[in-house]
Amino acid sequence: MRLINPRLALPILSLAILIVAVFWLQPRAMSYVGINLLFNLAVPIALATVAQMIIIMVNDIDLSMGAFVSLVACITAAILPGNPALGVLMLLGCVLAYAALGALIEARQLPAIVVTLGMSFVWGGAAVLILPSPGGTSPVWLTAIMKAKPPLVPMAIIASLLIAGVAHLLIMRSAFGVRLRALGGNARAVSRAGRSTVRLRAMAYAVAGCFAVLAGMALVGLTTSGDANIALRYTLLSIAGVILGGGEFTGGRVSPIGAVIGALTLTLAGSFLSFLRLSPDWQIGAQGAILILVLAARLLVRQAEKRT
Amino acid sequence: MTLHRAPWFWAWVAAFAAFLATWSMSAGGGGGAALAVAALTFGSFSVLTGLGQMLVITMGPGNTDLSIPATMTLAGTLSLKLMGGMDGGAVTVLAGLLSALLIGMGVGIANFALIRLLRIPPIIATLSASFLYQSLAIWSNRGLRIKPPPALAEFTTGRDLLGVPNLAWVALAISMGFWVLLNLSGFGRRVSAIGQNARAARLAGVPVARVSAATYVICAMMAALTGFLLACFSGGAALNMGAEFLLMSIAVTVIGGSSIAGGNSNVPGIWAGALFMYLIVSMLNSYGLGAGVRLLSTGVIIIAIVAVASGRKAKP
Repeated sequence: MRLINPRLALPILSLAILIVAVFWLQPRAMSYVGINLLFNLAVPIALATVAQMIIIMVNDIDLSMGAFVSLVACITAAILPGNPALGVLMLLGCVLAYAALGALIEARQLPAIVVTLGMSFVWGGAAVLILPSPGGTSPVWLTAIMKAKPPLVPMAIIASLLIAGVAHLLIMRSAFGVRLRALGGNARAVSRAGRSTVRLRAMAYAVAGCFAVLAGMALVGLTTSGDANIALRYTLLSIAGVILGGGEFTGGRVSPIGAVIGALTLTLAGSFLSFLRLSPDWQIGAQGAILILVLAARLLVRQAEKRT
Repeated sequence: MTLHRAPWFWAWVAAFAAFLATWSMSAGGGGGAALAVAALTFGSFSVLTGLGQMLVITMGPGNTDLSIPATMTLAGTLSLKLMGGMDGGAVTVLAGLLSALLIGMGVGIANFALIRLLRIPPIIATLSASFLYQSLAIWSNRGLRIKPPPALAEFTTGRDLLGVPNLAWVALAISMGFWVLLNLSGFGRRVSAIGQNARAARLAGVPVARVSAATYVICAMMAALTGFLLACFSGGAALNMGAEFLLMSIAVTVIGGSSIAGGNSNVPGIWAGALFMYLIVSMLNSYGLGAGVRLLSTGVIIIAIVAVASGRKAKP
């Protein structure tokens, strides 16, 4: 077995280059507080990216991720502090809704892009109903976890390692994960082997829903309030994170560790762009450009591999 | 082919039902003409974006243009900026229209170049490129709201012929062009052939790359034209003006009976889908529902229609 998966080489390299660039531009970031500030917001993005990765792993794409994370944030901020039982029930309902979505897509052979685009309206509408104007509070225990200051290593780094580890064990090392990846690789073979594709896709969506719920909760723990539009940009960020992390769009070839690295890279890219004093007008465009550049770099690497 | 077997038949039935339901809600039932005019006006924008999206979707699974909203904003912003510095005569209008169409052409070529050169799925290519277009629009706009030339504002909001909105006539004329293109031209047959089986089409000698390049360019030009007209209609370009047309363009295609899996599409259904979508939203409005419920029901209705209309049974 090789020490480092070649699929991870490019993501690790891009993260390393970006870290060096940020420290070079802003040497004061090279401290406990600085690193925590740089990577703080990466935790919810990493969770959302893992969720998106699971959807992409089964050959779908989720265009409602941002709206869903926003809805979870609204539930967490508006209902969970005052009425924990109802809040937990609603969050469970969100996960079940995701599972139902997966079952519907597989049973009727619908294009996930259309269904999730429609669902983004449903999540957005529900979020507005629950929290008409920005507000709410974060449950005390949630803020305590997210803003904890463990010795030596900042919380953001510990959380990222934890997310990568759990996702890696679940997707790459468990029999359950193998079955889900097989669904993306060859759905017909899975079905011929006697597995229900409807149930498998529902499970994949449910697991993705769990990670997305955690993303929304983590976000509220950091921002301490909710808003129906708080996480809309997560849709792009999560897709970009999966691709930056070496995931493929088809065939169930993904990398959970890569996805977390991709999310960290994207968060850092945001700080890097603001250190460069780039006009905010170009922030969105720069993310699109980074995405295109990474895809181009990957194509070059692959062609070089083919030639040798 | 009998009428009720046509793929667009049920979409039209649904549109009429939605019209009657909304009409009966309005006080005294006298608002029928006003409702029809509004539906035709706003429906025209959905029709124009839907026609382009339909052509792209016809090319088969994975082919969807997600850059429509950003293209609309970019074309609307830049063409109005150009016209703002001119005298407002016929030359101004022509320059604005041409610039919008050229922007659309450029966007389409850029989209296809990304898809082709980087070999990435069209969804990702158009999505990432759309953020560049959006940034370009934000950067050039600078929060200014430039008014369109009075002649264009009057034309887009007017009803000069038979009391039907001018925009609806424009959309109708372009729809007829699309109908001819899709049903009578070799190009339309090639697009359908690629959607039914890209491999078979290539082996049969269809220039797949050239045909798909053309569809992406046409789609982007339609989006640019819609952005231009919408900016003139609403008295200026806004940065979020294209937002709802991403889902709308896909929804009207699917509701109209075109296959989401590609290879089979029709123009009359686009109109039915566009009118239906507008009427459903105004029906929810006339019930006096809040924004949250309205969003929620729009999403549920679209998914329900897609599930019923375009679903195939899972392959054994």
